[in-house]
Amino acid sequence: MRTGVLRLGVALLSGALFGLGLAVSGMANPAKVIGFLDVAGDWDPTLAFVMGGAILVAGPAYHLIFRRRQRPVLAGDFELPAKKDVDVRLIGGSALFGVGWGLSGFCPGPAVVALVPALASGIVPVFAFVVAMVAGMAIYERIF
Amino acid sequence: MEDFTPVSGLAGGMLIGLATALLMLFNGRIAGISGIVGGLLGRKASEVGWRAMFAAGLLLGALAYVLAVGGTFSVKVEASLPVMVAAGLLVGLGTRLGSGCTSGHGVSGIARLSRRSIVATLVFMGAAALTVFVVGLVG
Repeated sequence: MRTGVLRLGVALLSGALFGLGLAVSGMANPAKVIGFLDVAGDWDPTLAFVMGGAILVAGPAYHLIFRRRQRPVLAGDFELPAKKDVDVRLIGGSALFGVGWGLSGFCPGPAVVALVPALASGIVPVFAFVVAMVAGMAIYERIF
Repeated sequence: MEDFTPVSGLAGGMLIGLATALLMLFNGRIAGISGIVGGLLGRKASEVGWRAMFAAGLLLGALAYVLAVGGTFSVKVEASLPVMVAAGLLVGLGTRLGSGCTSGHGVSGIARLSRRSIVATLVFMGAAALTVFVVGLVG
């Protein structure tokens, strides 16, 4: 019971740090993300620094965690994807995601985080995107 | 390159990396947003508790930033409303079909040197850059 509550607390803290990081990085702004994706235009490399900074911390941390520990501090197992092969679903799904990302400048995390300023200033397209994204995920659950 | 902000980008990225590391060390779970949000939906929804807490945390973190700096952060949407709806559907369906997004594949997956995640990241980045290029030609 107590471990369960702690797990929820860690999830809340991790989510909050993640959301704060997205806000600090500027990645919750679709215009900035499109500035990165627009390699032929006025290129803004910031997104590479965000991903780089995240991997710089998570890479060595993962390495240490998996080498030093048999199991997580508050749970029974490390839940890692079992699939190893590159298949059509991975490629096709990622391509669809990329088209949506390029059209909007939003991927899932930044879109959720952008709800906060959107709520303050009434930016309708942000809500529309998040509702459509959740609908897209629900469609996946229905079909697959 | 007038909008290039490497310092806040790197700092924000490191916070994301820390969040990713904490969730694995304590809970043994991957901080992948599409999996966390998608996992809350449908009849196969599982581990709803921590996923809901993480999603609530995303909003709280953004709110903490707004309160700390005493103002909102900029969100500039250039696409039209119908395009945003279509894009949202593609992102929702695509990330679930492809088993991840920028966080699960792009950060966590690359951090553990997963071949699937490296391929997925190259594909969605390539498709996104190509889409922006084509939109630029058409628009």
